[in-house]
Amino acid sequence: MRRTKQERRNILLGLAFASPWLVGFILFTLYPILASLYYSFTEFTGLDVTGFVGWGNYVHMITKDELFHKSLYNTMYYLVLAVPLGFFVAMGLALALNLKVKEISFYRTCVYIPNIVPAFASSFIWLWLLNSEYGLVNLVLEQIGIWGPAWISDPKWAKFSIVLMAQWGAGGSAMIFLASLQDVPRSLYEVADLDGATPWVKFRYITLPMISPVILFHIIMALFGAFQVFTPAYIMTNGGPANSTLFYVLYLYRNAFNYGKMGYASAMAWLLFILALITTLVVMKTSARFVYYQGEER
Amino acid sequence: MAGTRYGSKRMQELRTQILGRVVLIAVSLLFLAPIFWMVTTSLKDSSQVMAYPPVWLPWPPKWDNYEIAVNAIPFLLYLRNTVTICFFTIIGTLISSTLVAYSLAKIPWPGRNALLILILSTMMLPFPVTMIPLFITFAKLGWVNTFKPLIVPAFLGNAFYIFLLRQFFMTIPAELSDAARIDGASEFGIFSRIILPLSKPVLAVVALFQFLGSWNDFLGPLIYLQSNEKYTLAIGLQMYRTTNWVEWELLMAASTLVVIPILILFFFAQRTFIEGIAITGIKG
Repeated sequence: MRRTKQERRNILLGLAFASPWLVGFILFTLYPILASLYYSFTEFTGLDVTGFVGWGNYVHMITKDELFHKSLYNTMYYLVLAVPLGFFVAMGLALALNLKVKEISFYRTCVYIPNIVPAFASSFIWLWLLNSEYGLVNLVLEQIGIWGPAWISDPKWAKFSIVLMAQWGAGGSAMIFLASLQDVPRSLYEVADLDGATPWVKFRYITLPMISPVILFHIIMALFGAFQVFTPAYIMTNGGPANSTLFYVLYLYRNAFNYGKMGYASAMAWLLFILALITTLVVMKTSARFVYYQGEER
Repeated sequence: MAGTRYGSKRMQELRTQILGRVVLIAVSLLFLAPIFWMVTTSLKDSSQVMAYPPVWLPWPPKWDNYEIAVNAIPFLLYLRNTVTICFFTIIGTLISSTLVAYSLAKIPWPGRNALLILILSTMMLPFPVTMIPLFITFAKLGWVNTFKPLIVPAFLGNAFYIFLLRQFFMTIPAELSDAARIDGASEFGIFSRIILPLSKPVLAVVALFQFLGSWNDFLGPLIYLQSNEKYTLAIGLQMYRTTNWVEWELLMAASTLVVIPILILFFFAQRTFIEGIAITGIKG
């Protein structure tokens, strides 16, 4: 197939304009992916590859390493709580912030602001808020007669504390839901009103299907974030107490940068990648029946 | 009949107004409470921090805490480091991501859709997968403990911003570039003189997000910046804490100082934020 001069020119121009990303992709994505796959089959201190161990790293982590099991469990626990809770909180906020009151933009601002507070700063703020004796949370609980738990100092509550804290940033997703709520054509609700539909029926059969692509996107991003939860645990609890917040990526980080087990950490990274991919695929497949794309034949 | 229906409608309206407001005010208070607690703690005397019953509003406020906090750690140095990184990553992202987005949106070449899919799929790659080889590479280049590992990648494009920009460029009518092409403008000329000036709103969104991204980044500086004088604020804030003691009023004062620029930015750039949310929302 011969290309015209114009076509060849366009290919060259297209590649030239895309070249920053192409270079970045090869150096900072493709090469590291392949390298970490290779490292995952080696014993690697960061300086030297001291041995090729085949599947050894993977076998060790799955069959022997109890801290690995613990960290996987902790991350799954976090994911299973934080993703659904995050969805309900964000959706609830979006519905509330969609009410027709005059000063609504003020409330929207209040709810959105915590979302732009850096994760490291909110970790410090919540470390103090959840202080068992002098933190605001327990002081307020005490006012209404509840003796609050020790939160992040209690192995039973520490993970849940971090889930709770993550909800403080729900305003970001709430705004995205809100924007999609406002994109639902009014006419659909007007027709439903004529048929005397209740608010719940309208929400269930009009709103939810219409915004389902946005919900799917939110869930996938939330899952991805949950798999990689790191900063709050690093700052607030450093994995403790009793490894109850030793999340997957925190343990991976320690293996790589504290214990000098970079081969092992690479294997952990690959397992994480595969878990995240499988989860995403499962969510996409199972959601296909629930997600409605406008303009698509059904 | 008409009267009662009108009445019930009014009643419903009134219920929304009152009940809705109660809910909204409660939620707003809940979301602002942590910020209130951060600010009030930052103005307390160390004896008030752990006082029982709690001091809700310290009076007179101890403004000195801010001065002490700024001097207790090299706060201003960390601020400068953070701003430096923010500045260069914004420049880098704006240059590189716009070029790539232009290739995807405005140059009709056969590989561009495949490239778009490749770019988007890199967003699904968890950072830990590339983290270790990247560290090794940067170490070999002698870049560890410099800002380069945090800045240089920004000059090679960011998948998310490329996508945002591409979506925006697609909405710019082709007639504009065609007209310029007939007048003999080069492709780069069309990009820099026609497309970029028309894209100011989305460029602002990208700059804003990149600023927040760099200001808020924790894992990157944690890995690459190893000596005290290179820290960013994200890492430096940990210095208010020793193994078993935290100076809460100082830590909260420093946290306030970190959060305030973002809040100011938010109030000045609210429209940009809202546009950004709208654009990211479309992604779904």
